[in-house]
This record gives sequence, structure tokens and C-alpha cells, in this order.
Amino acid sequence: MTQPIIALHHVTKRYGDATILKNIDLTLESGKFYTLLGPSGCGKTTILRTIAGFTDATTGDVLFAGKRINDVPANKRNVNTVFQDYALFPHLTVAENVAFGLTLKKTPKKEIATRVANALKLVQLADYGDREISALSGGQQQRIAIARAIVMQPKVLLLDEPLSALDAKLRREMQYELRDLQQRLGITFLFVTHDQEEALAMSDEIFVMNQGEVLQSGTPVDIYDEPINHFVADFIGESNILPGKMLDDFQVAFGGLRFECADAGIPANEAVEIVIRPEDLTLTEPANAKLIVTIDTQLFRGDYYEIAATDDLGNDWLIHSVNPAEDGQSVGITFRPQDLHVMRFGEKEAEFDARLETYEGEEDESSDET
Amino acid sequence: MRAVTKRRTWLYFIPYGLWLALFVIAPVALIIYQSFFDLGHHFTLGNYSTYFQSATYLKMTLNSVWYAFLITLFTGLISYPTAYFLHQLKHRQFWLLLVILPTWINILLKAYAFIGIFSQAGLANQFLTFIGIGPQQILFTNASFIFVATYIQIPFMILPIYNSIDDLNPAFVNASRDLGASNWQTFRRVIFPLTLPGVKAGVQAVFIPSLSLFMLTRLIGGNKVITLGTAIEEHFLTTMNWGMGSTIGVILIVAMIIVMTLTGDKKPKGGAPR
Repeated sequence: MTQPIIALHHVTKRYGDATILKNIDLTLESGKFYTLLGPSGCGKTTILRTIAGFTDATTGDVLFAGKRINDVPANKRNVNTVFQDYALFPHLTVAENVAFGLTLKKTPKKEIATRVANALKLVQLADYGDREISALSGGQQQRIAIARAIVMQPKVLLLDEPLSALDAKLRREMQYELRDLQQRLGITFLFVTHDQEEALAMSDEIFVMNQGEVLQSGTPVDIYDEPINHFVADFIGESNILPGKMLDDFQVAFGGLRFECADAGIPANEAVEIVIRPEDLTLTEPANAKLIVTIDTQLFRGDYYEIAATDDLGNDWLIHSVNPAEDGQSVGITFRPQDLHVMRFGEKEAEFDARLETYEGEEDESSDET
Repeated sequence: MRAVTKRRTWLYFIPYGLWLALFVIAPVALIIYQSFFDLGHHFTLGNYSTYFQSATYLKMTLNSVWYAFLITLFTGLISYPTAYFLHQLKHRQFWLLLVILPTWINILLKAYAFIGIFSQAGLANQFLTFIGIGPQQILFTNASFIFVATYIQIPFMILPIYNSIDDLNPAFVNASRDLGASNWQTFRRVIFPLTLPGVKAGVQAVFIPSLSLFMLTRLIGGNKVITLGTAIEEHFLTTMNWGMGSTIGVILIVAMIIVMTLTGDKKPKGGAPR
């Protein structure tokens, strides 16, 4: 493994009595797209500000390429930030904004001109150099903010919810562009968002945060398919979460029924929670069904129907189906063993990973199918 | 429906319109009208030609502008750092209130207080004697005039600057630091240009009144500095040459317009430091 470009070791941040960050450990490798994902107030922006140097860690170390940078001021760090509200200087033109950092470094004028032109071309606003900031749309300002940061050729680019002010369509476009930009430049991106869809779409790796802690980190697919706990399952994607009981390895019970599952290494009879994603549930004839539910209501979402149903025990189910159902109808639902994901209460990420290690090797073929 | 709303809007305009007509348009019109009459109430352009041909008047105008400039400069030099510092404080509203407090006291009272402080046996000279320098002539000097005028004007400069610093989005400061600017570079290239509107408002609030200060010039400055304000007062109350007084009044109004245009809030044209 190569030297991580950024590492946080046991970083804690307190404001008076409030603890914003609790013993954060994270490692960013060079050239990847990372996302800090969590609800507002979970501390994700504080992590960004700690790396950028706008705030200090109360305890713990911030490392940049192996060197401790806790005491290095923000202006001496080789990271740049794209701010949530862009923070473009209103008294300067677009080109002057982009050139701002370079002029401070006393870069030769000619070099500044070419680098600014290149950066503007990269964000597809080559002809906008002479414009006033106030004459730009939200999406354009966002791109200029990115250009202003990448013209500095930072090793790490920090992005603080840069897409939150844009409308849905532009946001989707910018997701593609950001991902594309990151891959072309090979810069490490650390992206902060509360939008799980955005995080899943763009990242190489996601850190899911809540209340000052990193709950789970991993690839979008890992986190989506194997959420570590109720919070992660609920926060990322939509899910059916039901109380259950572990019977044996690969055997779990809920609603008084026994089901085959893909999880092991949990003591028998332990109370657990079971997650099934709505798109993994298939409507079927009651005869072939694993469960019988009654349709309550359904919404047409364009590419699928979102169906709300209740089973005989009163559990609510959310089903995504390509085909419509009828309200009040009694239908069967079925799912594959690997669509069932078992979560233990209070299991930490390290324990979770260790447990997966014990059986995933042999089970690789089945879990890879998903 | 539209006609009704329109009539309503007009109703609301009446108090302001009356105020404008009685206290702005009428006096200015009167001054301009008066400035075209000589002592014998004959229409003349003589007042203006006297003004522009008289070395005394021109020198006096220059003097007024120069002293107003000095007062504004010193006020600015003290006010910007003060406003900046106040803004960093914890109980800034309270400290700001202390700055505003003196403006509630009548200017004449403050002037008389300074006469006491600066007089031969005053506090300032007692202190100078104590440290061994001995009593000096402080009152009735140009320096004391500038000192007191600056003291009086400071709150009017601090307030707009403080407000503009308060309005400054802290993200701009972070962005500047992020791009590698030191504290001083951030101040010079981001904070100061973005708070310049506050400075301009402060200059307007200080420079123009300073042009026509007249009680202070007499009470503190000992009439060594004759400003336009003093000249107007003399012409109206002593020499009774209302025409000449009005002419100087017109000059003052023109000076105000010039200052307003120079410090106007339109696009900065090279005024902002790069």
C-alpha cells in the first residue's frame, strides 16, 4: 500500500461541553474520490475544516503525506477547498478570482495567464474570464470555485457540499463532471455531502458519519449491500428493517419464520436486525411466496412503482416493482438468501469486518452475484 | 384597483415630499437665489467673480479642504483598526455602544470640556508639567483643532466601517487563507477592498461636515483656521453680506456633490487597491 496522502489519528474536537468529533480515524489514499456522508451536524464539515486548517483538533493528529500538520496554518497547506457557498471574491473578475492564489505566490504573469486559461477550459468556462462574479449563474459560480482551487494544483481537493445549492438536473450533470474531473486530474477528492445518492454515485469510498463518529467506511456497493447498523441502512437508500433472531450460521428467523441468509459468525439466538432493500423484493404468486402481504398503497415513480404493504404480523414493507399491484390485494413476496442482510446491535466496524473475513472467503461466489 | 394602490402610494409620499420641499429644495433654491444678489439687492454675478478672483477666499477654501482632509485621514486611521478590533471582541455590541455614547452629547458641551482640558491650567498642561515638559500653549492651535475635530468625528466613521466588517462573509477570509494568503495579504486583498464601501460611507459622513465646521474653529482653533463654515457664519451674522454668504454656501454644496460622486457606490474605478 502506498503512503496515505491524508490521515487522521484519534482526532477529537470539542467546543465547550459539546464533542463534535469523537476519536476519528481515517486514511485517504492518493488519487481517489472519497465522500464524507452524514446528516447535517454530524461533524463531516468539521473534519474538512480540520484538514483545511480552519479549525484545530482538540486532540489527535492530522497527517499530510506522513507529516503532522496540526500546527501548519491553512495558507501553508497543500490542500484547497471548494466552499459550500463558493466564496468567490465579488470585487474581482472570474479570471482574477482564479488567479488569486497564483498571484500570491508571485508566479510569473505569463504562467498565471496560461494556467488560468487551462483551469477555465477544464471547467468549460473558457470565455468567462472577464465576467463579474455577480453575472454568473449558480452552476457557473460552482465551476469557477472548482477552477480557483484546482489551478493551485493541490494534492487534495476538499469539497464542502458544493452541489447543494444547485437544482436537481444541474446537480446530476455536475456529479458526472466532478467524477470525470477527478479521474482526469488524479487529485484526491474529499467530498462532503448529506445526499446519499450523490455519495453512492461518485465515490470510490464512502465514510458514513453520525454524531461525530465514522460508523462505516467502504465502497458504495459494500455500504449499500452490507450496512453495519440500523442508522446506515436507513440513511443510505431505502430499506425494510425488521427485528429478528439468529438461529445458526446462514439461518435467521423473523416473524416466526425461518429464512436462509448470507450471514454467519453470530452466536445463535442473538437478537438482530434484518435489512431487505425494496428493489430486492419480488412480487409473486402466493403459492411460491416466502411471505404474504397486503398492498396498502402505491406510488408511480416513473421507472418503478413504490408499493407500501403490510404483512400478517403488522410489519410494514416497502417494495419496488416494475409492475403495478392493486390496493388491498393480497400478494406474495419473495427474495433471495443473499438479499437478506443481518445486522448485530452495537457492532463496531472493526468487529464487523473481522466477522465478514471469517466466512466471506468461502461464500464469495454467492455474495458476488448481488 | 391599480388606481387605488397608486393613490395610496402617493399618500405615503406626502410626509417625505413635504420634508423634501421645505427643508431641502426650498433652502437650496433660496441659497442659490440669494447668491446672485449684492448688498444693495441688485442682481449680480459679482459674488462669484469676487470669490474666484479673491486670493483670500480661494486660500480659505483650500484651507477648509485641507483641514477636512486631515481630519478625515486621522479619523480613518484611528477608526478602521478600532472597528476591526471591536468586531473581534466578545461583547462587541457593548463596546460599540461606548463608542456611540459621546455622540449623544452636544458638540458645544464637548468643545467647552476641551477648553477646560487644554487651557493653561488644564488637565493636559498639569500632566505636561508633571512629566517635566512644562505648560505649553495647547488651546487655539491648529493641532488642537484637528485633535478635537477628529475626536468628535470618530464615531461617525467607526459605525459604517464596523457594519461593513460585520457584513463581510467569513468564508471570504477562509477562501483567501485557503488559497495561500497570509493574514496581511488577506487583509489587503480581500478584507479591505470588500469593506471599502464602509470606509467611503465614513468619509462622506466625516469629510463633508468637516468642511463646514465653524464653532470648533473658534472655540478650539482660536479662529486661526478660517473654514468655509466660519466664512458663511461671518457673512450672515456679522457683515450681513447674505449674497456672499450664499455664494460660499453654493460652493459648499458643489463640494459635497463632488465628494459624493468621488466616494459613490458605483463600480470602483481603480479606487480599490489591487
